[in-house]
Amino acid sequence: MFGRGRRGRRASYGRHPRPDCFRGRWERSPDDRILGGVAGGISKRLGIDVTLVRIAFAVLTVFGGCGLALYLGAWLLMPLQGHDESIGTRVLKDRQGMVLALAFLPALILLYVIGNALRIGPLTSAAWPLFLCAAGGVLLWRNVDSEEREWLRRAPVRVGMESGSSRRALLLRIVVGAALLVGGVAVLAVHHRHALPLERMVAGVAVLLAGVVVLFGPWWIRIARDLMAERQARVRAEERADMAARVHDSVLQTLALIQRASDDPHRIVQLARSQERELRAWLFDGEIPGAVGAEVTTLAAAVRAIAAEVEVAHRIVVDVVVVGDCPLDDRLRGLLDAAREATVNAAKWSGASSISLFAEVERDKVSVFVRDRGKGFELDDVAPDRRGIAQSIQARMLRNGGCAVIRSALGEGTEVELTAPRDGSR
Amino acid sequence: MSTLVESSREHGPRPRVFLVDDHHLFRAGVRAELGDAVEVVGEADEVAAAVEMIVERRPDVVLLDVHLPRGGGQTVIEEARQLAPEVRFLALSVSDAPEDVISVIRAGARGYVTKTISGGELVEAIRRVAGGDAVFSPRLAGFVLDAFAAMPPESAPVSVDPELDQLSSREREVLRLIARGYTYKEVARELSISVKTVETHVSAVLRKLQLTTRHQLAYWATERRLV
Repeated sequence: MFGRGRRGRRASYGRHPRPDCFRGRWERSPDDRILGGVAGGISKRLGIDVTLVRIAFAVLTVFGGCGLALYLGAWLLMPLQGHDESIGTRVLKDRQGMVLALAFLPALILLYVIGNALRIGPLTSAAWPLFLCAAGGVLLWRNVDSEEREWLRRAPVRVGMESGSSRRALLLRIVVGAALLVGGVAVLAVHHRHALPLERMVAGVAVLLAGVVVLFGPWWIRIARDLMAERQARVRAEERADMAARVHDSVLQTLALIQRASDDPHRIVQLARSQERELRAWLFDGEIPGAVGAEVTTLAAAVRAIAAEVEVAHRIVVDVVVVGDCPLDDRLRGLLDAAREATVNAAKWSGASSISLFAEVERDKVSVFVRDRGKGFELDDVAPDRRGIAQSIQARMLRNGGCAVIRSALGEGTEVELTAPRDGSR
Repeated sequence: MSTLVESSREHGPRPRVFLVDDHHLFRAGVRAELGDAVEVVGEADEVAAAVEMIVERRPDVVLLDVHLPRGGGQTVIEEARQLAPEVRFLALSVSDAPEDVISVIRAGARGYVTKTISGGELVEAIRRVAGGDAVFSPRLAGFVLDAFAAMPPESAPVSVDPELDQLSSREREVLRLIARGYTYKEVARELSISVKTVETHVSAVLRKLQLTTRHQLAYWATERRLV
């Protein structure tokens, strides 16, 4: 389900943007937008100036609030330009999200129970709206794509709510914040002769809080951000120190060993190879150096392990190429045993200086090729008492429902092809 | 693909090679290994100097490392190709990270070989790139097979040119053999085709790799999944 969603989204990116003259569709504008691009889209579709549309929305919002509702509705129903589906359609198709949203139901019931038990009227009446907001929020957040999410997250900066913006924005902020503070105080202070009704008190406090947030929010955000940046920097520094320590340990050790073994070229190559392998495993596969004996659970890791093992034991270079990967099962372990046997054979008998080990995981089968450019042999000449090839490789493969093909020619080297079917493919 | 410049170069005596690598020792080593087989016309250890000298000296082949200070091999290729489009690039790297390899190829390199390659093979690879062909090491062939396998055709969304998004079965066969350690000549013999045809297939694969618009390719390189 998740995969499908992602793929769908990528697909719509790959599409060419529609030419401007195509004005038949109501689409949100990705270029001319402050929040969701609704006003931009409407102005493009109807040919009205975008500022007028924005003012209309603002006026409708201030008087009665229907501007906000209209904007939200349009945002849900109009697809972003160049996309196939609107957020609304995506939400309706997102069944996993629906399930997630329904998970808020227990919370709703809990609220009801608490509200009834303690006889708090507002709590029971607020429960439904709260539930709808939470569920809707989850659904929307899941179905708004990441680029738009990022845009919305930075909306406060553009509206001038956040620090670092211009002096005019700061002024606006102070004015709005002060107005909210005054408004809140006014709501709380008027009618001081009577006890204040609960709703009124709540509303007053909310307005006051909003004023405080508008005034000081940016400052808090900055402090939080600085703290986060500092923590990240510390983590990075620790990582660097860790890396330096590890590189120190393993590389310097190896260099020291190489200096001491300078009269033995084979040993030097072997040391350099094993160091290279360790570093690679760490840099590219994230395996921690020195942590030997970690459980090998995938085919690619197992093939690399075979190469490492043979390199160390037989002082030979094994070049590994693996295409695809899959978890190991018994049948594949059999295949790998045969592959190890073939690689060891090549290392022992071929006389070549390097072996190519290639493994490919396909949907219905796994194949491994072991190839050397050594002296090769005639298959018919192998004495029947030398059962290595026959027993270990061919019989083993047949037992596992696979097959082994050995090709060799004198003077040209040998290639062993091992194939095993995959069960339960996908 | 053959212009007058190319055909005259193909039979020219020695390819003119430019080295870009930030490790002095490595450049010296490569120079020594290449010996008289090629003419090394210069070397650089960082992006800006490399671009400037490549544009000025117009080598046949630039041997370059994937990782360079301030920009990387990819930047060198992108910038130098604008001013000197006829220069060819061969990536030479220790990196095993598929995203490095794929991005440098997509920037326009005609091949990728690992730094452990022997001197003789390197000369051969340089000649091949100078002649306009692509050089696929077994590892690169493996990456490409992996990348295109990670994009199953049934998931194919709208695409400008579907031909670019898939390998033909013949191209797949050729890549598999290269990944198995076969040389071009051995591939040709195995498939009973000419070496020239093998080169054509490999160049076609390189072109697809560079031109495909599939976002999955970038996606694959950063997040290889279990099949």
